[in-house]
Amino acid sequence: MSTNVKIAEAPPGVEGEGFFATRLDKVIGLARANSIWPLPFATSCCGIEFMATMASNYDLARFGSERMSFSPRQADLLLVAGTIAKKMGPILKQVYLQMAEPRWVMAMGACASSGGIFDTYSVLQGIDKVIPVDVYVPGCPPRPEQVIDGILKIQELVKHESLRRRSSPQYKALLTSYGIE
Amino acid sequence: MSAVTNEFLLEKLNEQFGSQVLSAELPYGMLTITIAPDAIVNVLKWLNEDKILKFRFLTDICGSHYPDLKDQELCVIYHVQSMENNLRLRIKAYLPISNPEIPTATTLYSAANWMERETYDFYGIIFKGHPNLKRILNVDEMDYFPMRKEYPLEDATRTDKEDQYFGR
Repeated sequence: MSTNVKIAEAPPGVEGEGFFATRLDKVIGLARANSIWPLPFATSCCGIEFMATMASNYDLARFGSERMSFSPRQADLLLVAGTIAKKMGPILKQVYLQMAEPRWVMAMGACASSGGIFDTYSVLQGIDKVIPVDVYVPGCPPRPEQVIDGILKIQELVKHESLRRRSSPQYKALLTSYGIE
Repeated sequence: MSAVTNEFLLEKLNEQFGSQVLSAELPYGMLTITIAPDAIVNVLKWLNEDKILKFRFLTDICGSHYPDLKDQELCVIYHVQSMENNLRLRIKAYLPISNPEIPTATTLYSAANWMERETYDFYGIIFKGHPNLKRILNVDEMDYFPMRKEYPLEDATRTDKEDQYFGR
């Protein structure tokens, strides 16, 4: 059967008639990485660029992120796109807390990563002041290609994450450093 | 209908409030008067209720900080408009920074509620009699008034800027 559809590569394993044996964490990683549901936390121009990333020209759905999750309960990836004012900080943190583990965070653009040009008393100087961040995408705003690259970086993290990571003392310590129990 | 002019308005104001109108100017054709802070409610009320003037729309209340003016460091600026006469008026009241208190305009205009909260939020001006004078735009935990000139604009928690490249 010939097809143009690209299928994710199977993890290494032992194949025989009617069975395929491999590592469970590889299978879980494969499934998770190719079905990331992002929650777009878009506050400004990066949000517009992210819409372009989702739309037909760039089509983020090709990478398994077909569905935007506007409920944090069903989201895997918190995608923060835009300037976060200090008053928004606790709200962002609450959204992060409402997400179920495992969860990942991507800071899209200069503002979410560092405050960007808004070096001022009212703006949070990077979302990593309130929640842990996995991938930073630079740019003001980043091109859709950069966003896709960031998503692919997230996918690599997801694919290779140990199943024990979320219960490790290092991860607990990371959350504790953000005041999250 | 006879048009109400700036000159006519100033004449009426002087006639009504006399020495409480401290000064008047006309920047860019908009009449701007400075009044004694305690007179503000009476002035706004009279402007609103006058049969000819009809200044019934409160456009804005904002603040300003002049660190060099002794005992007049803070200023509250009121903008009112007379829709029927197509005329605007700017009213200023200067306050000492040691005691920045002025009566609230919420008794006349409900719209003054948020405007005064904003002015309090950024300049620390106390509007006596305001029903809910607390911060409106900034975080509640903020312990200073950020638009006063002694405070820097930049955020102190910024970590990715090298001071030497930014003249700090």
